Amino acid sequence: MSEKPRPNNPSREPLTGAVTRRALVVGGGIAGMQTALDIADAGYEVILVEREPSIGGRMIQLSETFPTLDCSQCIMTPKMVEVSQHPNIHLMTYCEVDEVSGSVGQFDVRIRKKAAYIDREKCTGCGICIEKCPTKVPSEFDLGLGKRKAVYVPFPQAVPPKPVIDAENCRFLKNGKCGVCKKVCEVEAVDFEQTDMFVEEKVGAIVVATGYDLHPKEKVAEYGYGRYPDVTSGLEFERLLSASGPTNGEIRRPSDGKVPREVVFIQCVGSRDQEKGVPYCSRICCMYTAKHAMLYKHRVPDGQAYVFYMDIRAGGKGYEEFVQRGVEEDGTLYLRGRVSRIFQHDGKIVVWGADTLTRKKIEIAADMVVLATAIVPSAGVRELAEKLNIVTDDYGFCSEAHLKRYPVETGTPGIFLAGCSQSPRDIPDTVAHAGCAASGVTALFSCRQTDSEVADSAAQVSAEKGPEE
Amino acid sequence: MKIHYYPGCTLKVTAPQFESSAVAAARAVGVEMLELTRWNCCGTVYSLASDDLIHQLAPIRNLIRVRNEKGNAVTTLCSMCFNTIKRAGLLVNEDAEKRGKINAFMDEEDDYEGGVEVVHLLEILRDKVGFETIREKVTNPLNELRASPYYGCLLLRPEEIGIDNAESPTVLEDLLECIGAEPVDSPFKTECCGSYQTVDKVDLVIEKTRDIISWAARNHAQCVVVSCPLCFFNLDRRQKDLAEREPGAVLLPVFYFTQLLALALGLEVDVCGFDKHVVDPLPLLSSKGFV
Repeated sequence: MSEKPRPNNPSREPLTGAVTRRALVVGGGIAGMQTALDIADAGYEVILVEREPSIGGRMIQLSETFPTLDCSQCIMTPKMVEVSQHPNIHLMTYCEVDEVSGSVGQFDVRIRKKAAYIDREKCTGCGICIEKCPTKVPSEFDLGLGKRKAVYVPFPQAVPPKPVIDAENCRFLKNGKCGVCKKVCEVEAVDFEQTDMFVEEKVGAIVVATGYDLHPKEKVAEYGYGRYPDVTSGLEFERLLSASGPTNGEIRRPSDGKVPREVVFIQCVGSRDQEKGVPYCSRICCMYTAKHAMLYKHRVPDGQAYVFYMDIRAGGKGYEEFVQRGVEEDGTLYLRGRVSRIFQHDGKIVVWGADTLTRKKIEIAADMVVLATAIVPSAGVRELAEKLNIVTDDYGFCSEAHLKRYPVETGTPGIFLAGCSQSPRDIPDTVAHAGCAASGVTALFSCRQTDSEVADSAAQVSAEKGPEE
Repeated sequence: MKIHYYPGCTLKVTAPQFESSAVAAARAVGVEMLELTRWNCCGTVYSLASDDLIHQLAPIRNLIRVRNEKGNAVTTLCSMCFNTIKRAGLLVNEDAEKRGKINAFMDEEDDYEGGVEVVHLLEILRDKVGFETIREKVTNPLNELRASPYYGCLLLRPEEIGIDNAESPTVLEDLLECIGAEPVDSPFKTECCGSYQTVDKVDLVIEKTRDIISWAARNHAQCVVVSCPLCFFNLDRRQKDLAEREPGAVLLPVFYFTQLLALALGLEVDVCGFDKHVVDPLPLLSSKGFV
């Protein structure tokens, strides 16, 4: 392996050399998938690397998407299948980027194939091993609200539909006991001897599509530090809404399984908060909260939803109309004010807030509270950015070369950004951004050599002299 | 350990029981509190009300007293004094120009160079003595005493001087546990008691007192534990007004944390000065066998 990707071209000469017309896309959510499909459809090879056992990212965790209320699985699974079957896409799930070197057109990438303890070539996806596994642990996909086995697929529509074994919880891998999965597998696909393996690939361009995590509700002191099971995050509520989720789509309180009659939704939990959270707006919460309130009401027609908000940011196509629909058709009650405290009392969650438009203090004894927690970059992105030699901002989002002129390029030629890795955005904008990244890659690939304007536009600093006065 | 002690006006006049129980309890856990010989009123929060430096003189002069007596740190019990003196101290630590002006004005005093550490007794108990040490010295654990800590504002805010997390503090709960009591949570534990509004807006303070006391009672507390003489006055004295307005209102005795600590350490009940309370705490304490 030679040195890390160079951030600019010191000599200001156009880079020369053959371009490997194969792209690496890091991240298999909607952004990574869309970029991969667009590059593949243009006729170039794509390696799509995803660290979870399945592609799908955050979007596949959602129940219905705003503003159309399309079922998320229904609109996403066709794309997931397309990705897995596209002749130009080499899908590598349960894999991570280990090392990168080289430069635009000529990157060398080492990819770690994590030990799944299942031979995915032999595995037919029949699911008997999962059925027989005796170990149940909280499911990460369901954010702890449901359980999975130690050998598992994260969700029913997983692509590929092949399980992996979680070494930390598998009784055989920890203590040498059990091993039932191996006994019942009819194609002998279980292989406890597996270790991580490495694959070396050459690519000409890399797209970072690593998505987002949520700021943990366990950090919010005023709202109970995650102590109250009936105070959930927005993503947890999505899992409750989801027909293939832990409650099969019935809205039930995590604590006692009762159907909540009054649900309070709080926007801007951690977002727009210089002191204790992140100063930026997470962009999607006003819309998904409106959606949550509406979907809740569709499931619990005699329920009441309250939304505490500061502003309503509904700038997309059909978005404002969607929010109004929630108010007019589903009776969502919007209260403009912040919530100062949440606590549990007598089986209810008491919410103390303000309604600044009527200038009154509000107290609601709710059955459940949903916090729209801030979007933050996915865990591990800073480390990946270091490997790629790209810049991240104060919050950990990958920095674009220029917000308006080069929204999908980074400062490092040949490395592009797609989706929330750059900045919080919703699904329509992610798909568009991902398409833009793909076009950047295909533009690169359609030149015989690289002659990148971005490389030339980088500033030149002499090591001896320093910036000119 | 020894530490210079700044009492402030209230501790000498209306809250002597806070001082007597604190000095005795601190001594019992190895902390000797040495009262400054020439202290003056700190000015309380009025000293900090605007950027007018003259308001800083009172608290800074007390820090000079600490230096006069060769001290590096001072402790205090009153939340107002703590808040005021610590913030004034931080201001002049960081701003040499303001410090210079203050020193120039108080030319009859030694110059203050900054750096005196201001710590509240709760910080000393938590960080220097340690709750485990205190637990070992407890001879009369206050078993099954359900006590609801009430922090008020000035010990916790602003963040640069707060002794604990302003939204979810735990130092009083931890102390209560180590003396055998059962801390009771309350959503009002960091809500303002009304402070000086008690002078001319009594109704407001009675409202706050009702909220604070009733929520503690609703959560099955038998008493409320405070660390500020003004909170104590509001919660204790105003319960009398509350009782007059609402004859059925649940009343709870209010303690300084040092009084409970003194009892648990097996000290003479005289240091606690329970006779000075408006809501009599003795029935509760006798029923539990603590006195």
